[in-house]
Amino acid sequence: MRVLVSIKRVVDYNVKIRVKADNSGVDLANVKMSMNPFCEIAVEEAVRLKEKGVATEIVVVSVGPSTAQEQLRTALALGADRAILVESAEDLTSLAVAKLLKAVVDKEQPQLVILGKQAIDSDNNQTGQMLAALSGYGQGTFASKVEVSGDSVAVTREIDGGAQTVSLKLPAIVTTDLRLNEPRYASLPNIMKAKKKPLEVLTPDALGVSTASTNKTVKVEAPAARSAGIKVKSVAELVEKLKNEAKVI
Amino acid sequence: MTILVIAEHDNKVVAPATLNTVAAAAKIGGDIHVLVAGQGAGAVAEAAAKIAGVAKVLVADNAAYAHQLPENVAPLVAELGAGYSHILAAATSNGKNILPRVAAQLEVDQISEIISVESADTFKRPIYAGNAIATVQSNAAVKVITVRATGFDPVAAEGGSAAVEAVAAAHNAGTSSFVGEELAKSDRPELTAAKIVVSGGRGMQNGDNFKHLYALADKLGAAVGASRAAVDAGFVPNDMQVGQTGKIVAPQLYIAVGISGAIQHLAGMKDSKVIVAINKDEEAPIFQVADYGLVTDLFEAVPEMVSLV
Repeated sequence: MRVLVSIKRVVDYNVKIRVKADNSGVDLANVKMSMNPFCEIAVEEAVRLKEKGVATEIVVVSVGPSTAQEQLRTALALGADRAILVESAEDLTSLAVAKLLKAVVDKEQPQLVILGKQAIDSDNNQTGQMLAALSGYGQGTFASKVEVSGDSVAVTREIDGGAQTVSLKLPAIVTTDLRLNEPRYASLPNIMKAKKKPLEVLTPDALGVSTASTNKTVKVEAPAARSAGIKVKSVAELVEKLKNEAKVI
Repeated sequence: MTILVIAEHDNKVVAPATLNTVAAAAKIGGDIHVLVAGQGAGAVAEAAAKIAGVAKVLVADNAAYAHQLPENVAPLVAELGAGYSHILAAATSNGKNILPRVAAQLEVDQISEIISVESADTFKRPIYAGNAIATVQSNAAVKVITVRATGFDPVAAEGGSAAVEAVAAAHNAGTSSFVGEELAKSDRPELTAAKIVVSGGRGMQNGDNFKHLYALADKLGAAVGASRAAVDAGFVPNDMQVGQTGKIVAPQLYIAVGISGAIQHLAGMKDSKVIVAINKDEEAPIFQVADYGLVTDLFEAVPEMVSLV
């Protein structure tokens, strides 16, 4: 079966971001960019499904600027077979991305689509669920375990207070949580091989999708800073302060 | 303007996050209706009708809604919600699972995890793990929003007397089914609702040592949390994780024990009213956000604290 994995190019998770002085957004100039960590987990899961003989082909797709080809090449080096970039220089909302992915799903007809549960820049946690709604597929979000058997997939999900398992008819959508797997690193020979793998570039227009949005970001600010308090010398002093100064115990 | 709030519940009781979500709805203004979708959830509907400020409770009682499967609940919410100005749900694992599906069915962008209401169409929400705050305006006919509970003080659970109305609509997509769930059992308060949280990090060294934190938590009536490092090391289960990718908490008192204070962790607890850090490394970043810092060996400090509180 064919597995489609969607990935996003984001600011590297180790970078301490800075808000622009004019409050128009976050300063992305000369900042290291990487594949969203949850998307790396999605790629890894697809590669493991292929290694187990469950998946026969892995198609990786990204919606973003032309530079997102770097992240697609990374996914190819990790084991994806071919890549699709839906090129858009604009900052698109989750619904617009989900609509574009739906068009790719229609074209590629995968049995399973794996996405990260959220991107660490916009923190929306929406795209997978929206793609499931638009496709009419079942969704297994925040997955910690994925098992395909026959024409269904069992997904164990991380929920508040524990774990839940659901069974979904294929085709289905899965979004990854942190503990689904530990992604591998790409080897040098595989990075070289990835350069020769096919990468198709499409546009929203070519897919016939409007990316209009009902949301507008008015302003982006730095959060209120929390100032450091005092150091206490002993447990007795700490307990005394909590009782009489902060009055919280 | 009428707002539909999706009740968070387990068919038995209304989860506290619902009260914070109703509080957000009250800030927006207008009539507030609450939808209880479930099976045999009569007690939940009765409790929802008592929530202060709620004008009407809609009850969709059907086997298809028993486990909150989004494939079945989202079409119901989209159908009922189309006539409302706003649809709100708590940003719990359920709310996050269901609401984007509703937004897509209504062809609108969702606004995730708002922490404040600026006006009926403008909201603030954290991005980049809380390292920036975005102000977002929506021109959607129906504004679909998830609410971060810690951003809003809960409304009173008692005092209202809303009418309860049954909803006939039954949606069963047939694409998914519930297999089972494993919920952690605990006598301690729920992490996101607790007034005091005691959390342990890599400095705890192993899972067995968390018994010191449990002893302190039981003395204080607190919940116990953990950093991602402690969860990844296998000390404690992942539902205890506080941080960007775990639970977001904002208790009256947060006691961080043996936690260095990675950005990821700070994103989940920095809105706590009072933060205490106990760590033997005085350079640990956690001290930069702590109101009270104690540089010492936690294995001496925590038992001493248990005897003093």
